[in-house]
Amino acid sequence: MTWEEVNKDLDAYQAALTAQTSSGVDRRVAEGRARRAGIRAYLKAHPEEEAAHAAEARSAAPAGAAAPAAAAVGVPAAAAATGNGGAVAVAAAPITAAVREAPLPTGNIPEPKKGAPDKHRLLAIVPPEGIQRVEREQGDRVHTWPHLLLEEFIAMAILFAGLLVFSSLINAPLRELANPNLTPNPSKAPWYFLGLQELLRYFHPMVAGIVIPTFILVGLAAVPYVDRNPSIKPGDRKVAITLFTILFMFGAILTIIGCFFRGPGYNWTWPWTQGVFFEL
Amino acid sequence: MAKIQPPNLRESEVWKSIFRPGSIYRKGYKDTSRDRALATMNNVLWHLHPTKVKRHGLKLTYTFCLGGLSFFLFVLLTVTGIFLMFFYRPMADIGGAQAYTDMQTIRTAVFFGDLVRNMHRWGAHLMVLSVTLHMARVFYTGAYKPPREFNWVVGVVLLFLTLGLSFTGYLLPWDQLAIWAVTVGTSLAGYSPFIAKQANFLLLGGAIVSPNTLLRWYVLHVLALPFVLVLFLAVHFWRIRKDGGISGPL
Repeated sequence: MTWEEVNKDLDAYQAALTAQTSSGVDRRVAEGRARRAGIRAYLKAHPEEEAAHAAEARSAAPAGAAAPAAAAVGVPAAAAATGNGGAVAVAAAPITAAVREAPLPTGNIPEPKKGAPDKHRLLAIVPPEGIQRVEREQGDRVHTWPHLLLEEFIAMAILFAGLLVFSSLINAPLRELANPNLTPNPSKAPWYFLGLQELLRYFHPMVAGIVIPTFILVGLAAVPYVDRNPSIKPGDRKVAITLFTILFMFGAILTIIGCFFRGPGYNWTWPWTQGVFFEL
Repeated sequence: MAKIQPPNLRESEVWKSIFRPGSIYRKGYKDTSRDRALATMNNVLWHLHPTKVKRHGLKLTYTFCLGGLSFFLFVLLTVTGIFLMFFYRPMADIGGAQAYTDMQTIRTAVFFGDLVRNMHRWGAHLMVLSVTLHMARVFYTGAYKPPREFNWVVGVVLLFLTLGLSFTGYLLPWDQLAIWAVTVGTSLAGYSPFIAKQANFLLLGGAIVSPNTLLRWYVLHVLALPFVLVLFLAVHFWRIRKDGGISGPL
């Protein structure tokens, strides 16, 4: 399908092109807009053709559940049509044409077809009437710039400033040189492992050190596959939320005990009387 | 006298070659819908985001910015970590523990060394915290539900890698705090069924925490784990976009 076939209303095209060019728009953009104006004018003058076109589009897109499939069919058809120079007809491709078996790969690089155009367009102006529309809810959206990016920038700046001030005021610990022969009392793991170290008091090391951590990691990864409740409303998820909160708090409390309530010999100490045996 | 026209920088070929057509740096930014979209679209960093986001995602109490801040902390730790690498050798063999003396040099003789080390250490603890809290936020907003199940799994891997990075970094100062924390933390690996000895050797490069361990954990800390983490981060971010952006609204 050539350009002339699409643009039947040349007068409207020329008028729009002159208007666009004289207002200083880039040539290619002006041509595209003029083409759209030409098509619009033509379809306005021939409402019966537009109706036929719309009916064609409907018949190509089966209603209801098959809509996504129809959209997928529409894509190669649209690509083929636009490849031939900004075409209108998209829906003409029969659905069965999309379902064809690809030949097995032979490893041969195919020769270009005889007479094939030596360039193709990646983008063409397609009038809205010619596009197969995919229904998707737009929702309540705002522009990333400035709204989200500004918020992210402020959060980042506050964190950075806070960390900078904290780091200039409080030094990270550096104790004496490592000595494998001198065990400090108490010896504690980094804080995020102190929950596990706390469990060592109650369970066999294999349970506290291997079974439970593995269970936590695998259990966490499995959460979306175990919780099949589709709702995200907190009211519908009472069990999941309660369970997660209990486990999370359990971990937090064990960690806090390990950090602040364990002293020499890893025995129980009260931080406000016997002091804190904890370093970050 | 003829007025000398300064060359228009924006019309120069160099400028045009740097900024793509449609970039807001080509013809200037006007606060229009189009330029707002282009500002996001034509920037390699902002392009992580779609041009538009759901309004409720901006609410501070929905995300608390925790995911973004975790990523920011990762970048900050990378930058401060590169700085520290210039002054640190992971060596502690007999005849001098360079790792420890380098730590002292960083604290006393390197310009801004103490500050950067503090930021690296506190930032690392903060990252463990922010990643954990991010996970909790994602749970409470039900953001792991279809189609986001796999991205939750990627997130669990990222949490694990964050802990790994923090723990491997913990050994590097080579002071009493470091080796004994690591000794306690890794002693549990010795209880793994069937592969206790092998697991210990793999982790420590020997039977106990030794200079071999230091080198091993250094390589893990500065190269291996960050590399893996970045791969998973890429998948994590990519899946956020593919799965339809932020979850919700509740």
